[in-house]
Order: sequence, then C-alpha cells, then structure tokens
Amino acid sequence: MTATTYNDASHEGEPTGFTRWLVTTNHKDIGSMYLLFSLAMFLVGGAMALVIRAELFQPGLQLVDPYFFNQMTTMHALVMIFGAVMPAFTGLANWMIPLMVGAPDMALPRMNNWSFWLLPFGFAVLLSTLFMPGGGPAGGWTMYPPLMLQTGTAFPFVIFAIHVLGISSIMGSINVIATILNMRAPGMSLMKMPLFVWTWLITAYLMIAVMPVLAGAVTMLLTDQYFGTTFFSAAGGGDPVLYQHIFWFFGHPEVYILILPAFGIISTIIPTFARKPLFGYSSMVYATASIAFLSFIVWAHHMFTVGMPLAGELFFMYSTMLIAVPTGVKVFNWVSTMWRGAMTFETPMLFALAFVFLFTIGGFSGLMLAIAPADFQYHDTYFVVAHFHYVLVTGAVFAILAAAYYWMPKWTGHMYSERLGQWHFWLSVVFVNVLFFPQHFLGLAGMPRRIPDYSVQFADWNMVSSIGGFGFGFAQLLFVYLLYKCIRGGQQAEAKAWEGADGLEWDVPSPAPHHTFETPPVVR
Amino acid sequence: MTAATAMKRAGQLTALAAALITAPASADFGLLNMTQGVTESSREIYGLHMTIFMITVVIGVGVFGAMFYSIFRHRKSRGVTPSKFHHSTTMEIVWTVIPLVILVAMAVPATRVLIDLDDTSGSEMTVKVTGYQWFWGYEYRGEDVQFLSRLSTDSDRARRLDSGIKPASVDNYLQNVDQRLVLPVDTRIRFQITGADVIHSWWMPDLGWKKDAIPGYVNEMWTEIEEPGVYRGRCAELCGRDHGFMPIVVEALPKAEFETWLANRQASGEGMTADADADTTPETDGELAAR
Repeated sequence: MTATTYNDASHEGEPTGFTRWLVTTNHKDIGSMYLLFSLAMFLVGGAMALVIRAELFQPGLQLVDPYFFNQMTTMHALVMIFGAVMPAFTGLANWMIPLMVGAPDMALPRMNNWSFWLLPFGFAVLLSTLFMPGGGPAGGWTMYPPLMLQTGTAFPFVIFAIHVLGISSIMGSINVIATILNMRAPGMSLMKMPLFVWTWLITAYLMIAVMPVLAGAVTMLLTDQYFGTTFFSAAGGGDPVLYQHIFWFFGHPEVYILILPAFGIISTIIPTFARKPLFGYSSMVYATASIAFLSFIVWAHHMFTVGMPLAGELFFMYSTMLIAVPTGVKVFNWVSTMWRGAMTFETPMLFALAFVFLFTIGGFSGLMLAIAPADFQYHDTYFVVAHFHYVLVTGAVFAILAAAYYWMPKWTGHMYSERLGQWHFWLSVVFVNVLFFPQHFLGLAGMPRRIPDYSVQFADWNMVSSIGGFGFGFAQLLFVYLLYKCIRGGQQAEAKAWEGADGLEWDVPSPAPHHTFETPPVVR
Repeated sequence: MTAATAMKRAGQLTALAAALITAPASADFGLLNMTQGVTESSREIYGLHMTIFMITVVIGVGVFGAMFYSIFRHRKSRGVTPSKFHHSTTMEIVWTVIPLVILVAMAVPATRVLIDLDDTSGSEMTVKVTGYQWFWGYEYRGEDVQFLSRLSTDSDRARRLDSGIKPASVDNYLQNVDQRLVLPVDTRIRFQITGADVIHSWWMPDLGWKKDAIPGYVNEMWTEIEEPGVYRGRCAELCGRDHGFMPIVVEALPKAEFETWLANRQASGEGMTADADADTTPETDGELAAR
C-alpha cells in the first residue's frame, strides 16, 4: 500500500451517508462504530441488570417469572462481556493503536470493516432469541450442560451468535497483532511502545488462543443436542465436568482479556495527570505477560466444588494465589507513579484513581476466593457476584470510561464538559459501591447467586443494592448526554489536550484528521 | 465544580439514600459475615476466611494509605514540582518477595484444611444426596430409609408471581421443607452427592461447604455436627427455573433421639413408599411433567 492511496484526491469518490460507514476501511471510523456499538450494548445489558435488581428489590416475586429472570442473568452477562466490554476495547484499539505507534491505519483495513460489521448481526441473532418460543438462553452465560441442553428454540441461535462474535474477536485480534508487529514508526522498539499497546498485544494473543476453545465447547454442545454425540452426557460415556474444564480454559483467559487493556489505559492516564513518568515500565510489561501466562493454568479455581482430586485442588489453589504477585506489582507501580507527582483530578484521572482503589478491592476478594476451602463457602454466592463486578465494573468499565474522557478531545476535537464529567464520576462511584459492596455481605450470609427470590433475612441489603443499581444505571445516561454534547460542540481542544500527556497521538491535531501519519514519524 | 464540593454533594445523596432505606429496616443489616457453623471443619474454614480477610485489610491499609497520602500531598494545586524518578529495582524486588512470603504463609493452613476435608474415611454412616429439578432426595445407606425433600407448601404458595402473600408472614420463607434431613450429632457422616437431571449443588453453610451434585458422578464429602439444631441451606448451582426454590434443612439430633427417629421411620414403612419415587429416573420425569 503506497502513500498515494491516502492523498486528499482519493477523498473525492468516497461515499457519504450510511454507505460511508458501511464500506469504511478507516480505523477511526471503525473505532467510532465499535465504541458507539459498545455504548448501545452497555445500555441494553444495563437495562437487563435493572430488571434483575428490580425483581430483587424485595422478597417475593413481583415482576417476572423465574425463567425470564434466568434469561436476564444469562443475557446480561453475554451482552456485557461480548457486546459492551470487548468491543469497547477493540474500538479503543482501532482508534488509538495506529495513532500511538505512528501507523497510517490498521494493517488489515478490510478485515477490520468485516470484524466490526459481524457484531451487529451477531447481536441481532443473540437478542432475537428472547422472542423465540421457549425464550432465550437461561442456563447462565457459562452454559453448563446438561442444563443448557434444556434451552428451547433459542439453542442453535445462541451457539451461532457465539461463533459469529468469536470470529469477530479473532479477526480483530489478528489485526491488532499485525498492526503492532509490522507498522510501528521507525525507532519505536517493542520496549518503547506505550503500555496500552503492550497490554493489547498480549490480550490479542490471549484471544486468538482461547476464542477457538469456546467455539469448540459450544460446538460440542450443539452436536450433543442434535447429532447424537455424548461429549457431556454421562449416560453415553461422556462427562458434564469436561465441559466446565473446556469452558473455563477459555473463561479464565477471557476475564484477563477483559482487564489487561484496562491496565494499559490506567498506566497511560495516571502518568499524564501525575505529570511524572510511569514507574517501572518494564516490570509492568513483564507483569502483564506473567498474568497472561498464569491465566492458562488457573482455570479450575472456578470449579473447586465439582469434586476434583486433592492434587488438582491444591495445584489450582496455589497457581491462583500466585496471580496476586504480578497484579500486586501493577498496583504498587501505579501508586509509586502518583508518589511525589503533581496531580490534578480531571474526570479521566478520577476514574483512573477509582479504578486503582476499587479494582484492588476486587483483587482482595479474588485472593480470598483463591483459598479453596474458603471457596467451598464463597462459591456461587453473591460474594462471587460482588467480586467480579468490582473487577469488571469498577475495573474494566471504569477504565473504559476513563479512556473515553481522556481521548474524547482527540476524537471529537472538543473538550467535554468537565462539570458534567465530575457529576458523572461522583454519582457513578458512590452508587456503584452502594450497588456492589452489600453483595459481599449477602454472599457471606448465605445468599446464592442467580436466584430471583430470597428468604427474608436478605431483604435489607438487597434493597440497598437495588437502590445503588438504579442510581448507577441512570447516572450513565449523564454520560450519554455529555458525549452527545461533546460531539456537537464545545471548547476547541488543542492537539495536546492534557498538560502532562505524552505520546504520538498528541502530535496530530484535534480532532484527529481522517488520515494521519501518512509519513511515519520518527521516534527518538 | 471542585472535587470537594462534588464530594459534598455526593455525600448528601448517600445520606438521602440512607434515610430512604432505614425506614423499613430491621436488624438484618447486621448480617455481614460468614457463619462459623457447627462443625470443626466449618470453624477452620471460618478461620481461614478471617485470616485471609485480615491480610487483605492490612495490605489495603498500606496501599490505600500511601495512595491517599499522595493524593492529598502531591497535588499540583499545592504547588509541588513533580519528581522524575521512574524506577527502583530494590523496591520492585521487595514488593515481589513480600507478597510471595505472605502467600506461602497462607497456603500452609489452607492446604492442611483442604487435606482434612478431602479425607472421607472412617465414617460411621452414609447419606446419599440426589439433586432433582427442583427438590432433594435423601437415602440413609443400608438403613432402608429414603425420601424426597421439597419446598414447604406455604412457601411454595407465597412465592408465586403476584401471590399476594407477604414473604415475611410465611414461616421461614423459602428455607423450609416438607421433610428435613435428620442427622445425628457427634457422628462422622459421609455424604455421597449426585444429580439426577442437571447439575445442582448441595450447600449447607453451617457445615462449612457445598458440593456439586452432578449426573453420572458421585461426589463425596463428610461432616461431624457438634450442636443439635436446625440448619438451613440452599441449592447453589443454577439448575433451571426453580433453582431458587429447593432449600435444604438439616435437623441434627442427639444420637439416641436420632436412633429412635430412624427406627420409627423404618417401622412406618415411609422409606419404602418414597423409594419408588426417588430411585428411577423415568418416574421422576413423569413427576416433573406433573409439576
């Protein structure tokens, strides 16, 4: 591909309107579509969460049938994981990685277009199952057999949707790897790359490694259902626990797929607003790689109660506890980056600081869950629900929001309203804790997860949690409004929108022109 | 708006939320922690839970302390000049090695408890537990007593959508069954746990553990209850529509009373009637359809 492809003259024939977005191969357009799609799915998944919290507001069944409740818990997870968080990170990768490494576009622009456009179709299929006879999937996002095999008409559609979403993720990852390894500006060695690029490189390898494993697991479900195989049926010589092993061999790396790019974002934002270089860059890279490696050998900690042999339980307990070491290194490095800096607290920094604090709380409960005998009590309770929402909502989602505020001036060319941003942050951070902190208590006191109704001793904390849920949910509408305002107008952003910002993306004007770095910059 | 005023406003909001919720509140806000349970193992598990919790609290105080100190002292508005350091091999070795040492120290007692829980030998009696959609089956091995245990009818009526019955008015709403699992105290009991249709999980917090009930598998676990009493638990693994409505109730009796109960049960022949119900899958399926 030569530089002439990108000269201004080629703009003349470009389609406009909807066709522009449909056929675009521009990384910025595709990045924007990914981000907006993710925001839409975040609201859809959030609405499902509100159905759950509304039903759990008080004991007794008031609003929905238990089977519909189960569809909501299942779909909420699938939509949030595959529709909100993963596409948000891919959107950020599309927008920022070429700008950060000084490349003119992603390495494989047409495939990029396809990886995005698979998503709306995948989700159309997935969400349409809610309206099918027998309803949508209701066996949990983990889709354990034999329960999953009781799904109605929706069953093959769910599996097809997962295949489509998986293909999209794999293609997105190939693109990221090809871009990072081949298109860095002269002088940008691997160990000079911004940490966001590093964490995404490692994440992309994780995705390529495990998405096919998920595809395999759900395909075996499909053949068990329709083609007479018995992979997971004990009656035919199969093994229902085998599914769980395969699923979590995908599932554990998957949760790191959902958090590693967040680590990269936080490692970008904290130095900017502390006006001080990131502490321990190389140890951050090694810690990320260690976490990625460990993610492949800890999967059965999701299965401490299935009845593994003692040796298995011990191995997975020890390997899981080990994850605390590289994760701890990261937290210590972030705090050391703040130490003796000169901090200011714009919205991206507030979300980043909340991330460090609240993600660490999620890490602590994770360490508790690693202790296998204690997990015999914690497992499948609201304690686990609290744990993974602390790492995924106040972790991954807060990091995505931090990134959105941080780079919004670069995307739109306007500064967002700092006043609205601060409101959004404080409402979110207060309500998210009202929402999830009491769930620790509920789980420890004996409330299982995935139940539509509960005995009365759990009523008080559930009511608190539901109030937090509605508060947090509606606070996100403020973000939608803020984003809309920022796209429409506002104070003109400078090329380098933040005083302490560092990186190639701040060398191009704001908003970033349609084509950037047609001539690669030189990195010292 | 400055961060301080925003924080103040957020504080007012929380106060408002707190005021809203204290109105219908009862003493249940006090339900905060894991039960210590009524067995030696459950107390050991509680001990591990509190130890690891206290470790995280201490680390948290250190890390968050440093973070908030930095947030308050090292802010641009105080006119500080940012330092330039970005590396310290000594510090990085220190905060890699110290957590490792803590983890090893934590792994030792955890391993001991795990080995102990894994050893189901030396049991004096065996109970087979079978999970069904959506009730439990119990069989006293070699005693010719077996029965099914379902959600009690008053809870079952109240839990229907728009039943109009207040859960608080029902005795032990959603945690009462028609037939309790009666067990003797001070007896080493082995459980054999399996599932008939899908995966369930038999969870009794007061015994300190849960174990999955998986079709085609027989999982083993053991307990030795120290206190007579009634203990309540639940199915912990999502098992379909009525997953939330298959509670577990254990009634622990002194040994002699248990023997009397068992003898009565055998004499009444109830064990035999339940037998047909519980043992064959096709009949259970019929029953499911009926439900």
